Amino acid sequence: MSSRRNFRVWRGDRAGGEFSNYAIEVDEGMVVLDAIHRIQAEQAADLAVRWNCKAGKCGSCSVEINGKPKLSCMTRMNSFAPDATISVQPLKAFPVIKDLVSDVSWNYEQNKKIPPFKPRARGADGKHRMLQRDVDRVQEFRKCIECYLCQNVCHILRDHDKKNSFVGPRFMIRLASLEMHPLDSADRLPAIKGEFGSGLCNITRCCTEVCPEHINITDNGIIPLKERVVDRFYDPLLWLACKFFSANRRS
Amino acid sequence: MRDTAVQGGHEIGFAANLRGDAWWLAPLLTFIGLSAFGIYATWAAFQGGYYWHGSYLSPFYSPPLFIDPAAPGAAPLSHAWFGAWPSWWPKFLPASPALLILIFPLSFRATCYYYRKAYYRAYFATPPACAVTALPQKDYRGETRLFLIQNLHRYALYAALVFIFILYYDAFAAFFRDGELGVGVGSVVLLINATLLALYTMGCHSLRHLIGGRLDSFSCGAVCGKLSHTAWKKVSCLNKNHMLFAWLSLFWVGFTDFYVRLAAMGVITDFNTWD
Ligand code: SF4
Ligand code: SF4
Ligand code: FES
Ligand code: FES
Repeated sequence: MSSRRNFRVWRGDRAGGEFSNYAIEVDEGMVVLDAIHRIQAEQAADLAVRWNCKAGKCGSCSVEINGKPKLSCMTRMNSFAPDATISVQPLKAFPVIKDLVSDVSWNYEQNKKIPPFKPRARGADGKHRMLQRDVDRVQEFRKCIECYLCQNVCHILRDHDKKNSFVGPRFMIRLASLEMHPLDSADRLPAIKGEFGSGLCNITRCCTEVCPEHINITDNGIIPLKERVVDRFYDPLLWLACKFFSANRRS
Repeated sequence: MRDTAVQGGHEIGFAANLRGDAWWLAPLLTFIGLSAFGIYATWAAFQGGYYWHGSYLSPFYSPPLFIDPAAPGAAPLSHAWFGAWPSWWPKFLPASPALLILIFPLSFRATCYYYRKAYYRAYFATPPACAVTALPQKDYRGETRLFLIQNLHRYALYAALVFIFILYYDAFAAFFRDGELGVGVGSVVLLINATLLALYTMGCHSLRHLIGGRLDSFSCGAVCGKLSHTAWKKVSCLNKNHMLFAWLSLFWVGFTDFYVRLAAMGVITDFNTWD
């Protein structure tokens, strides 16, 4: 069964633009990305949209649908009221290239700044060993598809534009996955507190709300990192104890 | 002004958004809920009386460090940890035992990771809801500077852990009147209160860190590794429901005071096995 649906799609580039209205037939089972493709095929051949897998796994099709950051390939048309007009915009936190396509390259630069995995020495038998229960935690973060919806919704980047002082939630969980790794031996805590800006996050959880992979970014990634930063820099008793015993803090 | 501010059809300015759903409902309910509790708790703490009925002690007044037995509805002097109300207490403040201890639960909740989210959204509008423009700030600093204090949450947690024992003791004592075992609606109300506070406290993010989350590897030896992993798993399980217990325990602690207060004032009759 198909029905006629109305869309408002933002068209433009860095110089400016506006919403254009389109009405198309939408078939049962279609997602917003299908509808965009139909608009492209039938009414606006030059409409720019980025996509790749259409299966929620490549993270390319991130846009804002009715004001909410979403993967357009995973947003079903039947999740909207039959008479609702659906607005589709490019991400707010990153510069527009054209229409629905934005330039997310700032994120690649952040990734490069993160000190890589540095395995500790092998065991006596020349092997690396880790327990499943130790890697369960970091495996959650490996689900990330780098859609940058969390980066886009984070008010520090989106509204306050503090791109110089905060790496954003996606890279906070990458840092967490390295910091919590049972075999890793690098120390990233001073940088997490410093240039990566963990103190700017006020744990208001929008990153977790929008993550299409349902990664618990705040509770399992950022808050544990903040607590580790407290251990190192803010806990007066631990600080005294460390001074006193000059203990190795990364046992 | 950043060059992307008006691109992509994104409006600029406070609370700008295209969401079209009731995004304001959650922060509004949070605002009403927290404000109502704050007003009631402040009022109740300043009363200095009607916090004791039979063997029930209001959790706002527990532990009673000093007691002024002359106040209406005050606990018997024998319940005070350090004796009669001190003469050094400033005259402009009511002789209320609550004022001496409320700082502990207050600082615990105020620095709780869940409540931080709740009030940053509902009171500070940073942001009011997701993809709704935050209140503009000249230089947003998050939890640095003044808010560095949030990093001391674990110290409030240590106090809160002690309070669990105190409140369970109060609940236990509420089942005895003049040495006689019994039960009243109030005893059950106090028991539920201690339990909800325990469930809230044991799901704390700082506790989750301290009990095991701080380790990269739970292999500090067979027993210790297993123990800390199990403990971490248990706390994590409560932690998933931290928001739920935050609200349930907040409501119930207020209700417990309200119940004891009304019973002490004689407005309601407490059904029990003693009278
Ligand atoms: S919780 Fe922190 S990182 Fe996540 S969106 Fe909010 S401010 Fe950004
Ligand atoms: S953490 Fe989630 S929202 Fe953020 S980039 Fe990865 S998959 Fe996308
Ligand atoms: S197209 Fe790959 S995630 Fe949507
Ligand atoms: S995080 Fe909520 S009580 Fe500690």
